[in-house]
Amino acid sequence: MSTQPVMKASWMDKFGGRGKLIQILIIAVLILGVLPLFSDIFRLNLYGKYLTYAFVAAGLVLCWGYGGILSLGQGIFFGLGGYCMAMFLKLEASSPENTAIQSTPGIPDFMDWNQLTELPWFWQPFHSFTATLILIVAVPALFAFLIGVAMFKRRVGGVYFAIITQAIASIMTILIIGQQGYTGGINGITDLRSLMGWDIQTDFAKYVLYFACCAALILCLLAGQFILNSRYGQLLIAMRDQEDRVRFSGYDVANIKIFVFVAASVISAIGGAFFTLQVGFMSPSFVGTVASIEMVIFCAVGGRLSLIGAAYGAFLVNLAKSSLSESFPQLWVVAMGALFIAVVMLFPRGLAGLVSDYAAPVRNWFASAFKRETVAASGPETRPSAPKPPESKARDDVSMASAQESH
Amino acid sequence: MGGYTGEELTAIFLMQGFSGLSLFCVFLLMALGLAIIFGQMGVINMAHGEFLTLGAYITYLVSYVASDVWPFLLDYYFPVAIILAFVGTFILGYLVERFLIRFLYNRPLDTLLATWGLGLIMQQIFRSTFGPREKSVVMPDWLMGSYQATDMVDIPLNGLLVVGITIVLTIAVFFLLYRSRWGIKVRATTQNRMMANAAGINTERVDRLTFALGCGIAGVAGAAFTTIASTGPTTGSLYIVDTFLVVVFGGAASLLGTVASAFGIAQAQSILSFFLSGSMAKVITLMTVVGILMFRPQGLFASKVRR
Repeated sequence: MSTQPVMKASWMDKFGGRGKLIQILIIAVLILGVLPLFSDIFRLNLYGKYLTYAFVAAGLVLCWGYGGILSLGQGIFFGLGGYCMAMFLKLEASSPENTAIQSTPGIPDFMDWNQLTELPWFWQPFHSFTATLILIVAVPALFAFLIGVAMFKRRVGGVYFAIITQAIASIMTILIIGQQGYTGGINGITDLRSLMGWDIQTDFAKYVLYFACCAALILCLLAGQFILNSRYGQLLIAMRDQEDRVRFSGYDVANIKIFVFVAASVISAIGGAFFTLQVGFMSPSFVGTVASIEMVIFCAVGGRLSLIGAAYGAFLVNLAKSSLSESFPQLWVVAMGALFIAVVMLFPRGLAGLVSDYAAPVRNWFASAFKRETVAASGPETRPSAPKPPESKARDDVSMASAQESH
Repeated sequence: MGGYTGEELTAIFLMQGFSGLSLFCVFLLMALGLAIIFGQMGVINMAHGEFLTLGAYITYLVSYVASDVWPFLLDYYFPVAIILAFVGTFILGYLVERFLIRFLYNRPLDTLLATWGLGLIMQQIFRSTFGPREKSVVMPDWLMGSYQATDMVDIPLNGLLVVGITIVLTIAVFFLLYRSRWGIKVRATTQNRMMANAAGINTERVDRLTFALGCGIAGVAGAAFTTIASTGPTTGSLYIVDTFLVVVFGGAASLLGTVASAFGIAQAQSILSFFLSGSMAKVITLMTVVGILMFRPQGLFASKVRR
């Protein structure tokens, strides 16, 4: 009887054990079953939008929580993914028939307003859906790779990396707003109606897109769990805690960081693409420094050490944001600021930390109530669900500080 | 740059140089406080822009009182405003260090997030108190005119005042950091906290005063800022990203580097903005800075201290 969980654990361990898989299953049930059943399509569309931020938050868990690299520019990658998708949809929406009244038919309307007579070269690949799908992943990955190589090979880390990524996010926004003719400027790319001839504004389409977004999110969470529980994940944690020791053991620390940064950016970009599909436009306000730092707070609230927690964090903070800012816009800004301070001062491990602190007694009670199998199962499994005890958290912070000093 | 003769180019550089000078002053005034807080203490204060805004609003209040209640004081309010702006921001900075920053010294990334939150709250308080619209101070008469250097060149007096305040403040910070006992204590604490403690320096007190002083300087910067532009709730945060780049580009612990990089970035941006659009000038300048930082992550003037 006790051998069965051990045998099963062999494939489950690749994703962090049965406990983690159950948690992901719970998310799947919540977003695929409970939310669609109990809300109308308008609300569901909003929830879908919040869930696209869960991608970014999950990416941040990988690179900030486990890699110790705080990127204040995740909006760049979210935006790149979103803009790639938006460019494809916009080209489809501005077919020569639809834009016959323009002085140059067949190019997006904002280009026509800005006296462009020809489609710029970097818009050309977005005529093809396959190319678009590749570019949604490839463009952010390449950009993150370039930033990563330039920074990490030169051993730029810690606060400097945060400041520079923030500056890059700021540059991106200015560039997009300034190059109105090529990017749609401050309004962004709007009026996106159909995907390969399929109207994306109908209720049915919104349902389909919502479910696709949820499925992609769950795949990303699984992929993230897989990364964290692989040998590479161990190396990542080792590097965050004792960077020099990993370097002296013969590993190229820069490559570890570059990989996790690229992975985080790709996940964010997928979220961005779903954002465009569900919301129907993309604008520079989702790219800039403010948007990017808000994404960090989604992750911090959910728990920077828990992929699953970060998904809840993104959803709940956005839910609070839209319900509070609808009725009390001023209160929301203060609440947001207070959230930043509280999450840092009072619960640095976020919701996931609170849950694992307060759920442990409950779980133990259940364990003693249903003694038969849970004793065997919960022994090895409660441990991975609370990955870092408080002492190691403190050590991690010290090492973050010393890592910064050593540069 | 094809269509311009050499003479015209010189004129353009001069003209844009003067407009770059005011940007340079704003950058440097903000960066001075950051150079102390970030350069010496290693603390990222994302609310620094809001401290500048606070100083600016204090100046606005003083000018309002001077013009409405005691009009005969209008000519003399500015020095008072500078002192009050310094005191106000100094006290707030002291409290912020005491109740927030102190707990986060070994978590620099968390300090960044917490101070960003503080900045958001301060912005909203400004917005609720002073309204979302920008406020301008009532300028005393002696600041209104301009100084005619030659027939062509004509420098507004308020611009001159800001340049003057910037120079005085920079020299003051230099002497404080490198020529005073307090500066020795600050640098000793930065370099080796344990040894500084052992040598009898009360490092906690040094930290508190350093942070408060950096905020106080932001307050003075805000007071100076009011003479060249109007103040809104988000005035300070507009410059925060640029200013951090200025400090990092100059080499965090080097005051000379901060001055040089503020000058370089401001001038490049304003000269380029004559040839290109304003946004492209900013993009190119910032990209160049980021590019250089990739090759020289320690900044232009790195200190020789082993870190």
